[in-house]
Amino acid sequence: MVERIPQLIIVGIFQGSIYGLLAMGLSLQYGVCRVLNITHGEFVMLGAVLTFTFSQLGINPLLAPVIIGPLLFAIGFLLQATLFRSLKARASSPAAFEGNALLAAFGVMYIFQYIARITWGGRLMPSYYLADLVSFLGMDFTLNQPVSFAIALALGVAVYLFLSRSRMGRAIRATAEDPGTAGLMGVNTNMILAFSFGLGAMLAGIAGTLTSIRTAVSTTIGFSNTVIALIVVTLGGLGSVPGSFVAGIIIGIVSMLVAGLWEPILTVPVYYAMLMILLLVRPTGILGKK
Amino acid sequence: MDITRFISTHRKLLLVGFLLLILIFIATFPLYTRASDVRVLTIILIYVVLAVSWAMFSGTTGYMSLAPAAFFGLGIYTMALLQEALPFPVIIVIGSLISFAFALLVGLVTLRLRGIYFTIFTFGLVIFMTEIVQYLETRLYNRHGWDITPIDNVTILYIMLGLVVVTVLAIYLIRRSRYGLAQLSIGGNEEAAEHMGINTTRTKVLTFAVSSTFMGAAGVVIAPVLIYVNANIAFSPFYSFMPILMAIFGGMGQLSGPIIGAVIFGYLEMRLRSELFNHFMLGFGIIMVAVILFLPNGIVGLVPMLQSKLGGLMARLRKGEQGEQHANT
Repeated sequence: MVERIPQLIIVGIFQGSIYGLLAMGLSLQYGVCRVLNITHGEFVMLGAVLTFTFSQLGINPLLAPVIIGPLLFAIGFLLQATLFRSLKARASSPAAFEGNALLAAFGVMYIFQYIARITWGGRLMPSYYLADLVSFLGMDFTLNQPVSFAIALALGVAVYLFLSRSRMGRAIRATAEDPGTAGLMGVNTNMILAFSFGLGAMLAGIAGTLTSIRTAVSTTIGFSNTVIALIVVTLGGLGSVPGSFVAGIIIGIVSMLVAGLWEPILTVPVYYAMLMILLLVRPTGILGKK
Repeated sequence: MDITRFISTHRKLLLVGFLLLILIFIATFPLYTRASDVRVLTIILIYVVLAVSWAMFSGTTGYMSLAPAAFFGLGIYTMALLQEALPFPVIIVIGSLISFAFALLVGLVTLRLRGIYFTIFTFGLVIFMTEIVQYLETRLYNRHGWDITPIDNVTILYIMLGLVVVTVLAIYLIRRSRYGLAQLSIGGNEEAAEHMGINTTRTKVLTFAVSSTFMGAAGVVIAPVLIYVNANIAFSPFYSFMPILMAIFGGMGQLSGPIIGAVIFGYLEMRLRSELFNHFMLGFGIIMVAVILFLPNGIVGLVPMLQSKLGGLMARLRKGEQGEQHANT
């Protein structure tokens, strides 16, 4: 029992990096655009299912993000530029906008989910990519686990550096802080909002690709991915992008430990117990601002 | 002319008469229809209870609960576990109380905070319930799923009808009370409501618990119609999202909105679910987005909008006539 713990933790970190990536996207969307995007899991599903479809056509799954990334970026960009932007223009108050945006995202979730079900049906799509076993410190992993971890980590760091160092990143942070003032300083806020939303959707899509090379996927995985993303984002602190990544890793480790040592079916209840304690003790999250 | 005046002066009377007619229609429904239609009507009534009680909390306070199914499912499971031990009416009461207590707990944890935390927490609550229930039933009873002794369709219809009447009446009275005003003021501006001396947290938690009580009761009543349940059936996200879509489509501002939405979509769902389910749900998503964009007050909101437009048109016509008369003389 005990000797399995190191292995479980490492597998948990590998798995958690994917959670972190998809939660980063959600965090960006909520933090900048104020849209609690419950369609997020469906973006993961689209990324995963498309990756599988491409691999059936002979395209290497690791090259799939080249197509999926821009595609999901465009979907996210357009959603913010049309739907959420006009909702914002009509809303009477920021709170009213958040409520309406949530409900609209709800409708969008149905649209993506059922377009996918009509197109691909509900079958399981297993792609055994890079499934060779590798040994490391006496522990066995399938090769796709460290590979997907490396990609997720690289992307996470890249997005963090982009947000903290680049000019565009500064504009995004300014818009998140105070859209009105950012607009007066010459930031094209509508463009920034749409860009952030698109970037979030792209991260979800790539998280979908990484999920697809590791496990069998189907058109129904969206809902549970949204639940995980929401929990991770809250744990990390709503709107805190690095916090989301850290919380993703924590959730990944917890899920592996619970599933490996106790009972796989209790992972979500354990997340909920953590969420409950967090909300009672420190609702701003691990790395959130007070 | 006389008719319009009669309608405007005796509005309340007419409304009561209309409601009575609907009640009589539902009550006599089994006499002239097939058994399958009775079932359809029962399901529609379930959706009425769920949509109305969802709108009672989320529509007024603006806190979006995404978990009707968690409380509905608790009712279903109460029935599954207690069906042999206790008489049906007692189980309805117990199911409601369990849902009330669970909602109180969820509310106490999340409703002190901003609405967004509540929404996030409720979104995954169905999965939480499914997994906990599956774990417990394997541990304690070593089984998955329960058979429920069916009860005569017509009896269920009447009990359901009674539940609808109780729910709608209770929510109508709450809306008119001080308490209902407090809810509305929280939806309008929570900070201002707090300054006016409203205990906002208590109001929110209690309202949420009361609305969940009706959902639990609905779950108990529907259980015998389902015949067999397991955790995935009882806590299906479908029952969470359907009432929300219905309430928004109908319009949350008035009590009649969710009812109308539930009747329309409940009927469509029962008719289309078997063969065209995926397309039906796709259409549902599109309608949802369209309603939020173009009809923020739902179908019910259309009526005053059309009225004012028509009224303006009529006034202009009348003015035109008068103008002509002046010209003639």
